[in-house]
Amino acid sequence: MKPILEVKHLSKRYSINHIAGGYLSLRERMRKGLRFKRSDVEDFWAVNDVSFEVQAGESIGIIGRNGAGKSTLLKILSKITPPTKGKIIARGRMASLLEVGTGFHPELTGRENVFFNGSLLGMKRREIESKFEEIIDFSGVEKFLDTPLKHYSSGMQLRLAFAVAAFLEPEILVIDEVLAVGDAEFQRKCLGKMEDVSRSGRTILFVSHQLGMLGKLCKNALILEKGIIVKQGPSPEIINYYTQSLSSANDFRVGKIEPEKIFAITKVYPTNLAGELTSNFAHSEVIKLNLTFLARQQLNSTHLCISINNKNGQRVFSADRLLQNYKLGEQNLNEVSLVIPKSTLTPGDYSFFIAIHCPNVMGYDVKDQLCPITIYDNGSEFIQYENKWFYGDVFVKCGWEFKFNNNALK
Amino acid sequence: MVSQFTPIKAQPEYIVDAERRKLFDFQELWRYKELFYFFTWRDIKIKYKQTVLGFLWAVLQPLFMMIIFTLFFGRALNVPSQNLPYPVFVFSGLLLWNTFSSGLTNSANSMVSNAQIIKKIYFPRLVVPVSSILVALFDFLMAFILFIPLLIFYQQKVSITALWCWPSALVVCLIATMGPGTLLAALNVKYRDFRYVIPFLVQVLFFLTPVIYPVSVLKYPILQYIIVLSPMYAAIELFRQPLTGVDIQSTFLILSLSSSFLILFVGIFYFKRTEDFFADFA
Repeated sequence: MKPILEVKHLSKRYSINHIAGGYLSLRERMRKGLRFKRSDVEDFWAVNDVSFEVQAGESIGIIGRNGAGKSTLLKILSKITPPTKGKIIARGRMASLLEVGTGFHPELTGRENVFFNGSLLGMKRREIESKFEEIIDFSGVEKFLDTPLKHYSSGMQLRLAFAVAAFLEPEILVIDEVLAVGDAEFQRKCLGKMEDVSRSGRTILFVSHQLGMLGKLCKNALILEKGIIVKQGPSPEIINYYTQSLSSANDFRVGKIEPEKIFAITKVYPTNLAGELTSNFAHSEVIKLNLTFLARQQLNSTHLCISINNKNGQRVFSADRLLQNYKLGEQNLNEVSLVIPKSTLTPGDYSFFIAIHCPNVMGYDVKDQLCPITIYDNGSEFIQYENKWFYGDVFVKCGWEFKFNNNALK
Repeated sequence: MVSQFTPIKAQPEYIVDAERRKLFDFQELWRYKELFYFFTWRDIKIKYKQTVLGFLWAVLQPLFMMIIFTLFFGRALNVPSQNLPYPVFVFSGLLLWNTFSSGLTNSANSMVSNAQIIKKIYFPRLVVPVSSILVALFDFLMAFILFIPLLIFYQQKVSITALWCWPSALVVCLIATMGPGTLLAALNVKYRDFRYVIPFLVQVLFFLTPVIYPVSVLKYPILQYIIVLSPMYAAIELFRQPLTGVDIQSTFLILSLSSSFLILFVGIFYFKRTEDFFADFA
């Protein structure tokens, strides 16, 4: 079977001075027309020789930093702007959602906006009419249907906008970041709807910074950097590669060991289970914090304490070990690894506090804010709250007890 | 609550190719026919939202203009009016002129005012300026309702030729509007200078078109030929013919019509040639 979408050597060039100038004035044009000067125009390839294929029913995620060309690529795919070179072959109806609520007008009522927006998105009038009930139901704004949109809260506007989009039925759906709207409850609803869409055999092209959501929705992904596809493949692999490349691992090393110190931390570095140096972890990954320290003497009641701080510097939890139980090599470097079990820390940024000390007596070596790490969500049960709601620093497996009493309501 | 998706049907493929671009795709326009309706409908709704008098404004505007022109040109300056009562003469002209001027202004600004939509979603861009002309057509119909009591009040005889003259006048008026409308809409996207040109242009054209005076006022034939080149000349003359009973000079009519069509072709050609890049400039 032929792929539902083929993109062949797609490129898009912009001239820098057009972008900087915003729009041309006629005077500029006339001046340029008289003097044939190309030197003040600099070419910029926003998308450069991009090729990929998508099979029917498959979904593909597009990842990249800001300015990597993601939005331009989506604009070309949605026919909003033409490519400078290359070709797109789409074998199906394509609809794009580069924004929710395109064409929403504050003076029009909710009902009127649903019709206009739906029509813009390519729905037929009859199609909108037949789905109207569902759309309103999904948005949850039925009470305000005949109120002008300007009296809606922004959350209500977004919900209504997404509801219209959610009932599109194209074979290929192009989505740019639009899931990043609304409260957690509505996000969950949207994600569910998107999964329905993808399960019904439709193809989704999804651009997002919410990697967890992207991983959940798309089987395959590609990374765009400076307009070029750097890597493509199965989503988990691509997301992993991307997060690794985002920030290089930051290990900590002491340049010179102070001679008077009895205990000195010399090296700290986080690795994954496979022993690879990294500072990005999936929430479901084991985090290993390795440290090397020098012990010039064996002292009683000396503890090694490692704490994890969240991004606000608050302590999340600590791990503590009495060192006298271990045979330490004097004048030698000792290696210790702390293993944090998978699904412990919730997505976010953390750093380490490490102390070798005798509690309440003496701190031999104390280091704070070491080895910042980032945890990302690759499909936790809290994924619908991603970037929306802070649900705590740790995952805890709790037990639930439900009691049902049908008579209570009577 | 979860809706059932309709099964996927085989779809014709569409191709976007940098090397080959279609200049005019009539089929596509036809597929988007509902969007013309929705854009027009939206603009009409918005235009009269939060106004107390609402649609009445469409009637009041030409009415006041008629009164002013009657006082100054009809009474004070005694401008001839092809044997019609001057108010009837001027109102019949203003009916079409207002359609043209508001249609032209609307469509010239339409691409810029809908830039947010154009940047985010694809549809045939021609829908935008054409729908904004259709909004002016709505105002025409409203004002036309006032025109009928005016005819009765002045006991104006209307020839049977009105049955075909009036509709064709309207069609000619739309063609005359669409040409400069699409041209200016496209130019305005690229060069915002045209924003300032449009009101000025409309004003100048108003005096260069026989709206408040008949062509016969002009003494020199050469001047008549120049005036007749105004695309709106044909529309207004066609509209007045059933009232005045004066035969239209066919050379004048042909000149005006050819100028209309020429501008229409130039306008649509330029619009289609530049529309691909609207999203980059808007």
